[in-house]
Amino acid sequence: MVIFFIFGFGLWLLLTLTLHWSSVIAGLLASLLTTLIYGGYFTRHPIRFLQPHRWFWLLVYIPYFIWFMIRANLDVAFRVLHPDRPINPGIVKIKTILKTDTAKVFLANSITLTPGTMTCDIDGEYLYIHWIDVRAQDVEGASRIIARPFEKILRRIFE
Amino acid sequence: MIETIGWIIIWIGIAFDILGCLGLIRFPDVYNRLQASTKCVTLGTFGIMIGIFLIHGFTPMGIKALICGLFILLTSPVGAHALMRGSIIFGIKLWKGSVLDRYGKEKLGGERIEDR
Repeated sequence: MVIFFIFGFGLWLLLTLTLHWSSVIAGLLASLLTTLIYGGYFTRHPIRFLQPHRWFWLLVYIPYFIWFMIRANLDVAFRVLHPDRPINPGIVKIKTILKTDTAKVFLANSITLTPGTMTCDIDGEYLYIHWIDVRAQDVEGASRIIARPFEKILRRIFE
Repeated sequence: MIETIGWIIIWIGIAFDILGCLGLIRFPDVYNRLQASTKCVTLGTFGIMIGIFLIHGFTPMGIKALICGLFILLTSPVGAHALMRGSIIFGIKLWKGSVLDRYGKEKLGGERIEDR
């Protein structure tokens, strides 16, 4: 709860970038209200914020993820501009090895922003993915192509 | 120098935005259209924000642009996911060229693909 409050207030200070007293009081009230409503959803292991190796892997993950995003965009651009419109869509199911909810949310978001895949629904350890170019119809093959590149790093950040 | 790089990134972002809109027109069903619009528009808008940050540096405007970019990166896939799940549950069928629909088969009783 306290970390959530500090996080929200820091974000407010960055957004307004002033230390005028009225702005600071408004920020304190707003982050207090947000904390009271949403603080319970935040995290059950606040100690993980202080472990430096998780931040290190997050810093590794960001350029890796942006590289995948640029590839995704070139892929979509190719499919849009190609005269035959080469798409082969379908919904497949994959199995993830991640356990915590936060890690699953980040995996689902990463899948949505990477080449040709988009998360439809999460059901326990299974994810349903809309794939613009289906290359493997079974659960293991699809998981290996879609999820493995992210799971290696996300497991080190969140678990 | 940095200003030039910022302008180049802004123009790349605008190009990706245009490609996303083209995909919205060219793709056949709601799911493929969501794919095109989400990916291209997210990276395009993120690129514009990063370009503004590079041009203005650590001024109030630059920092706001950077934070907006990060918010777009985090929230846009969630919104797209909600739209997609909503249209599946509402019962919109997949395009007739689709290969398989495991979600419909396992959750909704039968694949939901348009008749050929």
